[in-house]
Amino acid sequence: MSGINYLFPEYEVKRDYDRCIACRVCERQCANEVHHFDDKRGKMVSDDTKCVCCQRCVSLCPTRALKIVKTDNTFKTNANWRENMITNIYRQADTGGVLLASMGTPKEYPVYFDKMLINASQVTNPSIDPLREPMETRVFLGSKETKIIRDSDGRIVPHLNQHIELSTPIMFSAMSYGSISYNAHRALAMAAEELGTFYNTGEGGLHEDFYKYGKNTIVQVASGRFGVKPEYLEAGAALEIKMGQGAKPGIGGHLPGAKIVGDVSRTRMIPEGSDAISPAPHHDIYSIEDLRQLIFALKEATDYKKPVIVKVAAVHNIAAIASGIARSGADIISIDGFRGGTGAAPAAIRDNVGIPMELALASVDKRLRDEGIRNNVSLVVGGSIRSSADIVKAIALGADAVYIATSALIALGCHLCRTCHLGRCNWGIATQRPDLVKRLNPNIGKERLVNLINAWTNEIKEIMGGMGINSIEALKGNRAMLRGIGLNEKELEILGIKHAGE
Amino acid sequence: MKRVYINEEWCLGCHLCEYNCFLSNSKESDMVLACMGKNIKSNLHIEDSGDIHFAFNCRHCKDPICIKACISGALHKEGEVVVIDKEKCVFCGSCILVCPYGALMESESGVMQKCELCISSGGVPKCVEGCPNGALVFEER
Ligand code: SF4
Ligand code: SF4
Ligand code: SF4
Ligand code: SF4
Repeated sequence: MSGINYLFPEYEVKRDYDRCIACRVCERQCANEVHHFDDKRGKMVSDDTKCVCCQRCVSLCPTRALKIVKTDNTFKTNANWRENMITNIYRQADTGGVLLASMGTPKEYPVYFDKMLINASQVTNPSIDPLREPMETRVFLGSKETKIIRDSDGRIVPHLNQHIELSTPIMFSAMSYGSISYNAHRALAMAAEELGTFYNTGEGGLHEDFYKYGKNTIVQVASGRFGVKPEYLEAGAALEIKMGQGAKPGIGGHLPGAKIVGDVSRTRMIPEGSDAISPAPHHDIYSIEDLRQLIFALKEATDYKKPVIVKVAAVHNIAAIASGIARSGADIISIDGFRGGTGAAPAAIRDNVGIPMELALASVDKRLRDEGIRNNVSLVVGGSIRSSADIVKAIALGADAVYIATSALIALGCHLCRTCHLGRCNWGIATQRPDLVKRLNPNIGKERLVNLINAWTNEIKEIMGGMGINSIEALKGNRAMLRGIGLNEKELEILGIKHAGE
Repeated sequence: MKRVYINEEWCLGCHLCEYNCFLSNSKESDMVLACMGKNIKSNLHIEDSGDIHFAFNCRHCKDPICIKACISGALHKEGEVVVIDKEKCVFCGSCILVCPYGALMESESGVMQKCELCISSGGVPKCVEGCPNGALVFEER
């Protein structure tokens, strides 16, 4: 190949030499080896080409001498051939490879949450002060019994199907051990336990140290079946069959052999150094009937004690798919929107496949209600829930609870540099390198996660109180509490909401 | 008594604690003013070997051998904290010879310096306060 480097560094490291004391903290903390002390010049210098803008050095520099800026080097402006389009072509012309990416898509698709407004009480209906009056944020996930059973004396026989109980409608969604670090998993597990909610193993199995968090764990069974064994299924409070992921609907996963070392290999139950390949489909599932077989195989294996979740990516026919799942014996359906994160996915898929969670949720909830099967299942949505307001809107659109992952990682320090697939996460999250993993102290991580969820739960209570609603149950599917802003007729119809002012 | 302990498991070897220590014992309130162009001499030291990083500082021993060895009466206790009176220190090096933790070193002014748990700047030792990963703790053990 030619000696020309077509790629100009996207970010520049700016160091204020009036502040830099050459402590070399940045040098020690950047796993991308951007900074070093230059003996000849007697000062710190940096190699911008390696910077991924993860902000680790900026956050740790004791004198605030650093900032990372987007380069102002400009290609000739072109509304069609934007710079990243051109550089992607340069990259692929260089390597001949598929472009890999991580985390959720950064592309500018509409965010429907930002085009919905929430109602509040005025005059005719009183609002509620959550500091003075009880507010119920507890939710139960699982199929709801619709028949009332009475004994011979006419007394109601209480009966609950397999379910899980959440203190707040927020769970941590699937991130496998392997894609994220031991310490990240540990922080999530400890936080879920303290909060009375759940975290999800993802498809990488459950590390032996974390079996003790079982009652707050959702164990996942994905197409690779990594780490699935009787004790694993027994350990979890609920089982999740992963059919798809919002960031990469229709394709499987590939964790390179280099990352399958030590505990990761043991936990996944595959040999060290072998690639962990999750096939795109489950090779035993080609229909709803097949899915039903797996659901019941898992229920049988766990004595019908645990609810089964089926996780699917939000795709075009999501309402029909969900309707099938709701009849297949699943207790909970989890829908992952196209903005969801990933540890690695082909950029072309992540940025172009799937549909927004808000639209998928609204149409699934409606379809299930129309068909009279909404009580068969609970609905959990994920795929970029960014705030308590997003959660309130999702619940009003019909969700029972939400799954968060990216926001949880951000709480742990993630700066969305989107280079998880390189395995050099400077924040100790998406890496297996021991020196980097230790940067995430799980005790601190747990505190931060607990703080975030408590803060959001308090905000949810405030917003619900403002609407005069005192429980998640009363907010669920209450679309009258939402109004669209700047949405067209079709969008309003799918979301099942009126426009602001109506 | 509360002492500064290192949880080696969480130490990143970033050496920030050394700079926070130096700042705390300088007359400045700003890191840039305190450290710019200076030869950084902190009372606590991070030893690195590969992926292992470990902080050393004064243990504030119950029966401090350094005080026994001090020929000028510079080293003494203030409460339970072992402190040094820099006016009295004659830099004979006796304390360096006896301290098993290597907790004393030459200061910029040519006499000994050592960790005094930031008692003069009050409250929590600054190395602990600034540690990014909770590796340094100030607690009873
Ligand atoms: S961390 Fe900040 S002060 Fe220290 S060497 Fe880097 S830029 Fe300079
Ligand atoms: S990669 Fe991260 S730590 Fe390294 S220079 Fe860039 S922002 Fe700083
Ligand atoms: S500041 Fe904390 S993590 Fe950094 S070297 Fe000191 S003890 Fe270790
Ligand atoms: S200087 Fe050394 S001997 Fe003296 S109290 Fe501290 S650790 Fe103990």
